[in-house]
Amino acid sequence: MNKRKKNTMKLISTNIAIYVILILFILPFLWMILASFKTQQQILDTSNLFGFTPNFDNYISVFTKYEFMDFIVNSFLIAVASTFLGLLLGLPAAYAIAKYKQNGLGLLILIARIVPGISFLIPWFIIFSRLELIDTYTALTLSHTLVTMPFIIWVMIPFFESMPGELEESARIDGCTTTGAFLRVILPISGPGIITSSILAFIFSWNNFMFSLILAGEKTKTLPIAVFNFLSYSDINWGGLMAASVIITLPVLVIALIMQRFIIAGLTGGAVKG
Amino acid sequence: MLYWIDKNVKWIYPLPAVLFVGLMMIFPIGYTFWLSFHEWSMSNITPPLWVALDNYMSLFKDELFRESLWITFYFTVVAVGVQTVLGILLALLMNKHIIGKGLVKTLFLLPMIATPVAVGLVWVLIYEPNVGVANIFLQALGLPVQEWLASPDLVIPSLILIDVWEWTPMIALIVLAGLVSLPKDPYEAAIVDGASGFQVFWNITLPLLKPAIYSAVLLRLIDALKTFDIIYATTQGGPGTSSQTLNIYGYVLGFQYFQIGKASALLMVFFAIVLSLSILVISLRKKAGAAL
Repeated sequence: MNKRKKNTMKLISTNIAIYVILILFILPFLWMILASFKTQQQILDTSNLFGFTPNFDNYISVFTKYEFMDFIVNSFLIAVASTFLGLLLGLPAAYAIAKYKQNGLGLLILIARIVPGISFLIPWFIIFSRLELIDTYTALTLSHTLVTMPFIIWVMIPFFESMPGELEESARIDGCTTTGAFLRVILPISGPGIITSSILAFIFSWNNFMFSLILAGEKTKTLPIAVFNFLSYSDINWGGLMAASVIITLPVLVIALIMQRFIIAGLTGGAVKG
Repeated sequence: MLYWIDKNVKWIYPLPAVLFVGLMMIFPIGYTFWLSFHEWSMSNITPPLWVALDNYMSLFKDELFRESLWITFYFTVVAVGVQTVLGILLALLMNKHIIGKGLVKTLFLLPMIATPVAVGLVWVLIYEPNVGVANIFLQALGLPVQEWLASPDLVIPSLILIDVWEWTPMIALIVLAGLVSLPKDPYEAAIVDGASGFQVFWNITLPLLKPAIYSAVLLRLIDALKTFDIIYATTQGGPGTSSQTLNIYGYVLGFQYFQIGKASALLMVFFAIVLSLSILVISLRKKAGAAL
């Protein structure tokens, strides 16, 4: 076999291998989507996995019987608020850490990312109960901000570090204060970094389960808690469960498809730079 | 005022973030530490009672605690080990000429950004002994069906499989980013010397990738140790206590049995383990030449 032929063979087999692995990774999502369009009987009948007419009853009942719209709104509001608060606290901090090499503070943020959330869950429950803040947006937003803010700082430090220092210097020569330069020069050109960190912060708040499990109540129940509660009904309503799972993953899926470059950069950026 | 802020930007900019972390994380951890020396059931009538080290003593005598310690390490070490090896292999494959590479990378993102609770519930259906596709698959291969999550011996391997599915792509993407930025010179030298493909990988690629691999393993090790969503959504620690990690046991003790003192003692031990392990890995990475 000549060399060119050998290379072509190699190329084809690599591609086949990758796509087979990819299909294995996608299979659970395919399963979730298929089951969400089936009736309970169709799910329980394992002899016929693909031959069925899709019906939307599961989706309709999720919205009409279980008030899923409320949970979606709750999750969305809390994710937006905690992302915004995370940016407000995190952007200046990340900038100072990057510009003045505040490695000690950088380490503090890394620790905030490392510490298991459960080690402060009991005090949170006690404190928020005393303040009568259980089942309020305030408590949930504050708790989720402990997820979003370290993440935003973690993504923004390398971003600010890679920014040329002359930009700020020229703003200073034009008579800007440091704060003025930060607000008028640095932030406006940080769009890509801010988008990346905001998307990831939003997703991590949207996905958060543990904090909402203890701090949310009937009024502020978030989507992951509502989906989990589906399990506790005596007979598992698989179709409804899978429809609910599709609904909760769909926004994240769409964001990932549109913003894939940003998400990969954000998820791996801090780690690769290190 | 403005001038003063400008002079001290170094400290004022991070101040709100630091205060927030102090108030929301460091103070509560101190509170947990304080509670770990008390007996209390979260009642408003009886205040916490000082019991010195009793909670820690009863914890170390508790068989369930030792079991959860073992389960946590078993789960973490095997899951991270398997996904590191698979992740590196996947990255090497993805570094070749792949048709539609952008789309492939995007689709590999899905397991790690999908909501863990939803992911857990889908796997509950996949592992379901009667209607789940896992057993249909085994039957098609002529193998005996399994109880998966319902079997005390198989539950941890089943959970490890979920974790491997969820996080192998992340290791692959981090390693791939490292691969792309490797220098070309050592490879040219190796080709001149007539090194084999495996020799090149073992002696050149792997050492150069060390910082990227350490970063990926650090992130995974910490997060695998803390896994909560997936385990709670799929088994809630069961069957019995056979998938009860430290994280789950702490939650059960605190929020189901309201043994606040003992739960706090457990959480302090857990906190110490996570922190010391992180410090260990961070220092290993520093030795390997990584910045932070």
